[in-house]
Amino acid sequence: MNFVEHVAKAMVLEPAGIPVPVGRLCRSPAEASELFLQVGPCVVKAQVPTGKRGKAGGIKIASTPEEAAQRTQEILALTIDGHHVKEVLLEQRAAIAREFYAAVMIDFNARKPLVLFSTEGGMDIEQVAARNPANIRRRLVDLESGLDAASAGHLVSGLGLGAAEAQVSRILEHMYAAFLSCDAELIEINPLALLEDGRVVALDCKFTLDDSSAFRQPELAKHGASEIMTPLERRGAEAGLKFIQLDGDIGVLANGAGLTMTTMDVISHQGGRPANFLEIGGEAYTKAEIALDLVLSNPGVKALVVNFCGAFARTDVMAEGVVKAWQKLKPSVPVFFSIHGTGEEEARAMVRSQLGLEPLDFMEEAVAAAIAATKSKVSA
Amino acid sequence: MIIHRKDHRVLVQGLTGKQGSFWAEKMIACGTSVVGGVNPKRAGEQHLGVPVFVSAVEAMKAAPFDTAVMFIPPSMAKDAALDAIKAGAKSLVILTEHVPARDVMAIHAAAAAGNTRIIGPNTAGLVTPGEGFIGIMPGHNPNVFKPGNIGVISRSGSLGTLVSLNLTRAGMGQSAFVGIGGDPMIGTTTRDALQALDQDERTVGIVLVGEIGGSMEERAAEYARGMKKPVVSFIAGRSSPPGKKMGHAGAIVTGSAGSYAVKRAQLEAAGVTVVDTPKDIPLALGALLKMTLH
Repeated sequence: MNFVEHVAKAMVLEPAGIPVPVGRLCRSPAEASELFLQVGPCVVKAQVPTGKRGKAGGIKIASTPEEAAQRTQEILALTIDGHHVKEVLLEQRAAIAREFYAAVMIDFNARKPLVLFSTEGGMDIEQVAARNPANIRRRLVDLESGLDAASAGHLVSGLGLGAAEAQVSRILEHMYAAFLSCDAELIEINPLALLEDGRVVALDCKFTLDDSSAFRQPELAKHGASEIMTPLERRGAEAGLKFIQLDGDIGVLANGAGLTMTTMDVISHQGGRPANFLEIGGEAYTKAEIALDLVLSNPGVKALVVNFCGAFARTDVMAEGVVKAWQKLKPSVPVFFSIHGTGEEEARAMVRSQLGLEPLDFMEEAVAAAIAATKSKVSA
Repeated sequence: MIIHRKDHRVLVQGLTGKQGSFWAEKMIACGTSVVGGVNPKRAGEQHLGVPVFVSAVEAMKAAPFDTAVMFIPPSMAKDAALDAIKAGAKSLVILTEHVPARDVMAIHAAAAAGNTRIIGPNTAGLVTPGEGFIGIMPGHNPNVFKPGNIGVISRSGSLGTLVSLNLTRAGMGQSAFVGIGGDPMIGTTTRDALQALDQDERTVGIVLVGEIGGSMEERAAEYARGMKKPVVSFIAGRSSPPGKKMGHAGAIVTGSAGSYAVKRAQLEAAGVTVVDTPKDIPLALGALLKMTLH
């Protein structure tokens, strides 16, 4: 789960004792000119959960109340990376001496937290990594011993930070503490700025909450940025189903992420186009009825492949849900089944007796039949 | 302990729950040596013919075990795992999906210190046809699994089932199925599983079922370079849109990292045969085995 900048600053950085500039959230040009009086010369920043704000014109400078209103109006009219800008942050401007990069993230291969620091801030860290890898300091942290003052200090020593070194080191310690207490997947401060008055402040913040920890971070989870979804995808999410709408014409209903991706791949490989990703694996295998409704509500669907391979998920339970939904919805599109694994005999018998259909032996055959069906419909 | 054996003694954490009971019964019927279960509220009882203990640590004293398997919800997974590690389990199979990342890191750290091999999280388990199984796989279904000499590695349970079934239908039984899990931070990697099957005497050929996301297939490719046994691979997610989590937390492509193209290229460069559809796996493997046997 991603967060917009001002939420990350207010809920993650500030409680951890990491300094951020004075800022005010604002939703209209009129509000902007009023709030300008509180913050003074400022940067107007689009509050959308994407890293492409600057290039898209979502970050602008304002030196008067009129300018603040004008810039706010311009930015509120933008859609950046698919996100409509609904709020801007007016943030006090300060003279910057140097820009650094700091992050704490999960290293999935090492299975440990990783702290990164670079004196090349303000730009894409992947570019720094590609061009000048020696300029990035890294440290894997042992969960047991944590990141103590000495190791944080070691990470930033010898980089010519001068009087700022102690501040930066302490900020890394605080970031690591916040990383743990907020169940973060990533906390990134870019840039972490050394101001001309000697203070070090976080000018931006990217925070990603570990999705599996949302249940024990209810306050944070409430303030996460909403994902861009189609109405059908939203309906799926509300029902607890991961539904991704695609632009093809063959609906996919399968159990398990691996089998569902594979069904889409086989459709593509045979020259067809999948209309969706939707898996009802794990505990969701009992939701076949609502799942089928979702797949068939996608207006582009001309044929459907139902591919079940029961391991944990019982194919008889899934088939029962599909048959029920089919009888209720009475769809006109042709459907092709392939059913194997746990509960297969009962599942196949149900499809035969209730829908009068014969499940196909291999998923490749079910896919081929569905593709043929979409083609014959077009020519008819 | 990557390959399950009949003589591995198994403790089932969460034995008395709905899923724990359902699958433990099938595991026992299949030949798995289940020696006990854990449920603090029902300690002292017998369930499915085995004793229930208050903890894995207590179980180890009265009913020593090699492997623990967890039928435990995400919020309690860390405590259960640390209990099994503290008890001295040689391996721990974590079936649970959606375990908080911080807890997963803590589990891996404790396991490394305590010398416990972690399989998973979010794995469907291990199957050795003719010997038994651990987890939530149809190890008891003879249409899916039959004894033989092909090793199967899979991140996904459902796709791993389909691949095993296709092998069985083609007359190719399995020496072992190793479900490594769909999470991005798993204890036993594709490379670890590949090495275990490479060193297994019974295994003559290997099927590596991968997925987009992460770099585990790339790391396995490095190992495959020096192998003599034939390896056939199918990587799921070729047609998946970038930047989206495809159900499994680990199955997401960002930039070129973890992409289908990179995985396929690296596996092929290492001499692995990568097929386009699961149905082609037995065909490709059959052709390669014929070549290596003659």
